Amino acid sequence: MNRHRGIAAILSVLVMGLGQLYNRQIVKGLLYMAVYAAAWIYLIPQLGTAIWGVVTLGEKTQGFQKVGKVMVRVEGDHSIYLLISGLITLFVFAVFLILYILNIRDAYWTGKRRDQGEQPAGFKQSWAHLTDKKFPYLMLSLPAVGVLFFTIMPIIFMIMLAFTNYASPNHIPPKSLVDWVGFETFTNLLTLKTWSGTFFGVLTWTVIWAIIATVTTYFGGMLVALLVESKSIRFKKMWRTIFILPYAIPQLISLLVMRNLFNGQFGPINQYLSYFGLGKLPWLTDPLWAKVTVILVNMWVGIPVSMVLIMGILTAIPKDLYEAADVDGASGLQKFRIITLPFVLFSTAPILIMQFAGNINNFNVIFLLTNGDPVNGNYQYAGSTDLLVTWLYKLTLNNSQFNMSAAIGIIIFIIIATLSIWSYRRSKSYKEEDMIQ
Amino acid sequence: MKLGQKSANGLSLIIRYAILVVLAVCALYPAIWVLVSSLRPGTSLFSPTFFPEQFTFIHYKELFTNDRYQYGTWYVNTLKIATLSMLFSTILITLSMYSLSRFRFKGRQTTLTILLVLGMFPGFMSMIAIFIVLLQLNLLDTHAALILVYSAGSVLGGFIVKGFYDTIPRSLDEAARIDGASHMQVFVKIMLPLSKPMLTYVALTSFTGAWVDFIFARLVLRSKENWTLAVGMWDLVNTSQNSNFTLFAAGSVLIAIPITLLFVFLQRFLVQGLTAGASKG
Repeated sequence: MNRHRGIAAILSVLVMGLGQLYNRQIVKGLLYMAVYAAAWIYLIPQLGTAIWGVVTLGEKTQGFQKVGKVMVRVEGDHSIYLLISGLITLFVFAVFLILYILNIRDAYWTGKRRDQGEQPAGFKQSWAHLTDKKFPYLMLSLPAVGVLFFTIMPIIFMIMLAFTNYASPNHIPPKSLVDWVGFETFTNLLTLKTWSGTFFGVLTWTVIWAIIATVTTYFGGMLVALLVESKSIRFKKMWRTIFILPYAIPQLISLLVMRNLFNGQFGPINQYLSYFGLGKLPWLTDPLWAKVTVILVNMWVGIPVSMVLIMGILTAIPKDLYEAADVDGASGLQKFRIITLPFVLFSTAPILIMQFAGNINNFNVIFLLTNGDPVNGNYQYAGSTDLLVTWLYKLTLNNSQFNMSAAIGIIIFIIIATLSIWSYRRSKSYKEEDMIQ
Repeated sequence: MKLGQKSANGLSLIIRYAILVVLAVCALYPAIWVLVSSLRPGTSLFSPTFFPEQFTFIHYKELFTNDRYQYGTWYVNTLKIATLSMLFSTILITLSMYSLSRFRFKGRQTTLTILLVLGMFPGFMSMIAIFIVLLQLNLLDTHAALILVYSAGSVLGGFIVKGFYDTIPRSLDEAARIDGASHMQVFVKIMLPLSKPMLTYVALTSFTGAWVDFIFARLVLRSKENWTLAVGMWDLVNTSQNSNFTLFAAGSVLIAIPITLLFVFLQRFLVQGLTAGASKG
């Protein structure tokens, strides 16, 4: 008696849900069939176009055609819409395929159980099984759909763009078509003089910025935390509240305000400088000073976060370590060097790397404060304080260099992903995950 | 000898207090400066004295009465978007991170790595794609689009929550399971109450995230009456930065105050949240 599993599986291959109906799981079978019907109604008219669109990116340019005696404008193919809607269709198709495979597997296993003389589970039992044994999958399904369509799909789309010639002025739909060009965009970025000059210039500044920004905020935060938490300081809560304030104010606001504060002509900072008889400083207009300003302002924004982190870690240092040090007659500096610093460094090392990665991508500070300015004549669409990310933003939104910005995005991603995965693998949470009980 | 030690301690204490005061002034100055500027008559960025000779609330009134700004509408829009995104993001993050932390299932480690890697893509790299998706779904220039995108993307930032759940002893839910509680009951009755500091932290960050985001909002929201505060303020700075600074200051104060107060009042949760995720890496 082992016919059931074969029949059920074959029926399910033919039509989704049929095997379940055969297994007398009516509700489940009907549910599968409904999915099946909906999927075909959606997919049949679209799948062919989708594949054609993604492969060719359209074949017909927009143009004029003679109809009788008048010229009529004929719509061409819009490469980008073809690409993205093709991608959406293919994603839906992939989700459908997964369901299809699940359906066949389910029919097969239920059939097998029937072959062994068991009753097929009723809908109630199936539901109970789902909420018990498959609970994590159930919980993750909704977030997964969101991530799939609003994160993964757009990223794949952007990666694909890097391999096209989608850029102003010659390849902007609907006027003209976009084509696949392979690695040409990357080659241009790295070898073409105008592009590579900007790229390596901006990359260098991005790395310098990320190092300085991380180090200054980290040690600034440590200094403040140690000061506030040191023994004879009173009103600790008040100090903490004051120093957390810059973190509490929305960055959008504080950075736009800082932009006015450092205004070279009317800003109060220069006003005070001239009050003390010092000259006005070109805070935001001179390339070097703009870089200094960005780092200063970033300290203001970033120190509170490090401070909060380090305060939390300071409280976790066992007190008897200090008591032992006191007995041995250690000075404050020695205690800091031998106990506090190693302890804090050890517990924050992974965070430090994540902060470094975050600073490489620190869009807000640069964009809102200087907008990448002052302009650099040698650069292609970039200013002196532009990071790779803000340059990418400008290329996309202001200059329509979509393929180039996608290529830069991929490069940024490779840098950051390497760093983060490396630090994640080394972190406690990855290694000792199963040790907490 | 004893006396010398004492005065040295006193000196170091004075120095420490002095540094704290200087730092406190640096931390507070920009906020106070904007607050004072918003109460200053006239429109100019420049002012001869820090405190004006007289204070006025006219800029606050102008925000709500001047038809050019529609500040009130933006405020309501932003409040709506931020609240709903907060709600959905918190639910999504808690559900997914709880199951990723608590259960051992096939594909778990892969899911974690994928989430981590996805979170590292520059966000607006995918903006054009999302823009076209929204266009196809007929969602451009709607608030639903923003809420959808903010909530869907929020999961990527949820690692701190996973770190938090990793620290809760597993014996707790095992005991409940033995007593016959379902997974959902364990989650709702035991885990949720325990994760109050974490939930506060997540809710707060997703609320502020939506409250101040302007890159994406600017792309999606086309008509002025649909704008959020961030888009409106950005526009204000770019079109009339130097000509009407005091109005900008007043607008900033109204945006910043609710968030700042929330943060200060929920500081305890915030610190707990940050450190709970942090010490786990």
